[in-house]
Amino acid sequence: MIRMPPYAELLGLIVETGHNGAPVLMMPFATEVLGRPGFLHGGAIGGLMEMAAIAALHAALQGDGGGEIKPINVTVDFMRGGRDKETRSRGVVTRLGTRVANVEATAWQDDPAKPIAAARTNYLIVRS
Amino acid sequence: MSGFTGFDPERFFRAGLGHGGALGIQYHAHGADWAELSLPYDEKLVGNLGTGVIASGPILSLMDMATSLGVWLRADAFVAHATLDLRVDYLRPATPGKTVVGRGECYRLTRSIAFVRGQAHDGDPNDPLAHVAGTFMAPEGYPR
Repeated sequence: MIRMPPYAELLGLIVETGHNGAPVLMMPFATEVLGRPGFLHGGAIGGLMEMAAIAALHAALQGDGGGEIKPINVTVDFMRGGRDKETRSRGVVTRLGTRVANVEATAWQDDPAKPIAAARTNYLIVRS
Repeated sequence: MSGFTGFDPERFFRAGLGHGGALGIQYHAHGADWAELSLPYDEKLVGNLGTGVIASGPILSLMDMATSLGVWLRADAFVAHATLDLRVDYLRPATPGKTVVGRGECYRLTRSIAFVRGQAHDGDPNDPLAHVAGTFMAPEGYPR
């Protein structure tokens, strides 16, 4: 399993078993990720989705020779306010190229079909 | 700043609560339609253990907050609003050990939508490390 960086610990992330190699990351509701009273901070939701996207790409790269991952950009859409409950996110690698990967991630609370936010990211891959 | 202001970003940030407080984000400066926040380097923000470079998430949070403050300053009032979308270009890694300064500006305010942009640097504003563009929405509307 991947070793989580300090920032993932700050968010309180817990790795849950995913399917197709990409793990589900769970972020508990806590003061450290609070925005306005009673709601998650948008930046924490974005950070969670970025970690899920990197975890998915890391898993995809494992079976493809490995490599270093560098973020190029992220576009986040916020659809619903994050309430006082657990939030989950999983990344999907839509294209794994030689130098660039396209990864999408969503974050949800009760129902994965009703995401609270979505992220679309590009990563630069430095092949080992 | 002279004259009446309906929104004080410095006071807003003094409490150091929630996610901003956990990341260590502080007030830096502001103008009529922009705000600057600082994010001092801290090992708890690191996203890459090998290099010591901080994760991209704290930059996203910093810029979300700086642009949000920019909107309240332009509106000259605290208005309940939510980020609709935010795009961040990560131009280069933040230098380990250096404080990141994020500047957010509201360049257009309509009845219900605020358009924002911003940049982040770690010492030299001419050598930015991130560029952002986004929108906020106020369900009850922004003051006109």
